[in-house]
This record gives sequence, C-alpha cells and structure tokens, in this order.
Amino acid sequence: MKPRSKRLMLLGGAVALLIGAVALVLTAFQENLVFFHTPTEVAEGKAPSGRTFRIGGLVEPGSIKRAADGLTVQFAITDTAKVIPVTYKGSLPDLFSEGKGAVVQGKMGPDGQFTASEVLAKHDENYMPPEAQHAVDQAQKTAKTVKQ
Amino acid sequence: MKDMQKPERSKSLFRFAAPQMFYPLAGRIAPWFAGIAAILAAVGLWLGFFVAPTDAIQGDVYRVIYIHVAAAWMSMFVYMIMAFWSFVGLVMNTRLSFIMSQALAPTGAMFCFVALWTGALWGKPTWGAYWVWDARLTSQLLLLFLYLGFMALTRAIEDPRRADKAGAIIALVGAVNVPIIYFSVKWWNTLHQGASVSLDKAPSMATTMLTGMLVMALAAWAYTIAVALWRVRSLILERERHTEWVAAELNALEGKI
Amino acid sequence: MQWESWSAFWDMGGFAAFVWGSYGVTLLLVVGELILVVRRRRDTVRRLLRLRRANAAGAGGRRAFEEIVE
Repeated sequence: MKPRSKRLMLLGGAVALLIGAVALVLTAFQENLVFFHTPTEVAEGKAPSGRTFRIGGLVEPGSIKRAADGLTVQFAITDTAKVIPVTYKGSLPDLFSEGKGAVVQGKMGPDGQFTASEVLAKHDENYMPPEAQHAVDQAQKTAKTVKQ
Repeated sequence: MKDMQKPERSKSLFRFAAPQMFYPLAGRIAPWFAGIAAILAAVGLWLGFFVAPTDAIQGDVYRVIYIHVAAAWMSMFVYMIMAFWSFVGLVMNTRLSFIMSQALAPTGAMFCFVALWTGALWGKPTWGAYWVWDARLTSQLLLLFLYLGFMALTRAIEDPRRADKAGAIIALVGAVNVPIIYFSVKWWNTLHQGASVSLDKAPSMATTMLTGMLVMALAAWAYTIAVALWRVRSLILERERHTEWVAAELNALEGKI
Repeated sequence: MQWESWSAFWDMGGFAAFVWGSYGVTLLLVVGELILVVRRRRDTVRRLLRLRRANAAGAGGRRAFEEIVE
C-alpha cells in the first residue's frame, strides 16, 4: 500500500471513530442517561408509556412466585416507597434474589402489571467474605427486632 | 526539524525536558519500573487469589476485580496525564510533552480495552448481561474510541508539529469524558455499581480484598511508566534524527541491534 | 489459603471461563504490548541506520532517503 493511501486510511479511520464517538454520545446518552426509572417515578407517570423502558429497584422480599410451568416468574420491584408488580418468562441471573437490586426491561400493561422481557441483577459495591456477610445480616436482624 | 538545539547545561530538573537529556534517563529508569511492576503484580495476584476470601454474594467471579479496577483506573488516569502533557505542550511549546502523551496512548488504550473486556466477562455471571448501554459502560467505550482516534490522528498527519497539535486537541477535548465516566454511577441511574473506594467514604471492601486491588493498581502504574518510557525513547530517536547526539547514539548502536 | 485443592483453584467456584478469560486476555495484551515496544525500538534504530547510510551515499542515495523517510 502506498504511504499516502495508508495515511488517508488512518485519517479516515480517525474521522470515522470521532463521528462514531459523537454519535454514541448523542444517541446512547440521550436515551440511556437514565438507564432505569425508579418505581416512584413510574407511579408518578414520569416513565415513558407505550414503549419499553426499564425499572430498577429492590426485589420485594417474599414477592417471588413461580408459576406451574416453571418458567414464568412473578415478583414485585420496589424502592421502598412504591411497588410495581412484574411478570417475566425466562431464566434469571444468578444474583437475582429477594431483597437485592434488579433492573427489569419491558412494557407497562394497562392494569399496572409490568411485563419484563429482560431481567438484570444489580449488585452493590460491597465486597466481603461470607462470614462477614453473615455477621452483617445478624446485626441487621437484631437492629430490626430492637426497633420493633 | 532541521533546527539543531544546543543542549542546555542547566542544573535544574528542567534540563530533562530536553529530549537529549531525557533519552538516557528514560533508558536507565524504565527497567526499574518494569521490575517493580512485576513484583507488585506477583504480590497483588497472590493476595487476590490466595489470601483474599471469596465474596459472600458473587462467589469467586468477583476476583476479576483485581484487574478490572486497576485497568479502569489506569485507563482514566493515563488519559488525564495525556491531557496534562498536551496542555503543557500547547502552552510551553515543548516537544517532549507531546511525545510523552503519544507514548502513553497505546498503553491507555490497552487498559481501556482490558477494563471493558473484563467488565463484560464479569457482567454476564453477575448482572446477566455482557453489555448494557448504561452511562458508565457507554462513557468507558467512548474513552476507547478517544484513545484510538488520538492514535490514528497522530500517526496519520505527516508533519510532526501538526500531528502534535491535532493530537493535543483531541486529548484536551476528550478529557471532559473522564469525570463523566468517574461520576456516571453517582449522577445517573446505572446498572454498574457505585465506587467501592472513594475519597468521601470508607472503602466497602474486606481489607485483604482491598489491599490486593490497590497493589494491582500500583503494578499497573509501574507497568505504564516503564512501557511509556521505552516508547518515548523510540519516539525521541525518530524526532531528533537530524541531531548530532542521535548520530552518536546510532554509532554506538550500529551492529548491536 | 482459600482453596481445598488446585483443581478447586482452577475451577474458580464454577466461574473459570469468566475469571481465566479475563486474566488470560489481559496477560496476552500485556505480553503483546511488551513485544511491540521492543520491536519498535529495534525497527526505529534499524530504519535510522539505513536512512543514514542512504544519506551518506550522497546524491545517488537521495531517492532511497526519501523512501525511507516516507
């Protein structure tokens, strides 16, 4: 390849990459700066209606119910203020569990039931060995009992 | 580049801003940083794999953290250093500054890719997806494009002075993205979790895990310094090829390389 | 020591593909970068030596010089 055409290709590559970068910022960021909405925002009608969007929050403890077909799951997602019921058919990530973070993508039905097409687990920034986790859980339980 | 610069015999540290002085210095100290990097990486991996416990929630897959975080920090930090040198170069018109930022770019790009790659492999078993378009991941991908754009542009422009300026402008403009990456998890709802280590709170990690992670981050620093210094030497030789000192250096290298 | 055996270590609690896939690719990239840096040094010095020989050859070497500079 001639040096000039090599330079041209590199320059073209640079321009294409920069255009790609700007395009990414404009499209992805505009749509997804907010990756998910909270249940409170959904309840206030701030979430987009009529198209797919995401809701993020905690899986309400005790809300997970599996249907007889073994695939369909019902649970509720909450930010402790509002609760949104969710139905989902498919496999769940390993870290999906009650009381833990999750982000569900799907559509809101007219009955207020959210039908998810994708469920992601959202974990927090805490890393600790199992024994420490156990101790934390115990402490929280105790704190709750004391409060009650 | 026909103008030959007389070496300045200043006693201050600034004398190393002259490529002729910096070239031998870089050659002397680079192996030390490479050695330090190797030792730190060995210690960090030993801590991460054999001393640090498994994570209560994620299990052993969390051990990706020891390279993921080091690489992600480094990719952001290297870009800031590039922007700094670019700024210095534009203001002071020192050629060595531009050369420094160009020597750093490939390593920054490498770490940026590593952060994305390890993040994908970590995301699948934990989140349930290799990739999502949340603000953290998207801005980190943008950083990779900025690195590649910088490298392509500085190589594409023939005139080194113009290449330096064009690269410096990308480095400076793109630097806006770095705080966006860093604070994205605070500013917006993202799938990516918040920072485990930050200035305004105690680290939310077990001590051995944290130590391993920090040692790996230091290893990445030392590695970057070593590789960038080695790369700087080649760049300096190319840029200064019309000078007498490069001629002398080439005499010494003739038949040896 | 965190592991019962070496096989447990390599298995990484069932996450072997994800953990070793991360570390493997990183190692490859680091080694690759080191090779590239060493090779760049060698190529630069060789190219400059060639360039100088061509230059020393005088007017006849002029064209060769331009080629190398490109």
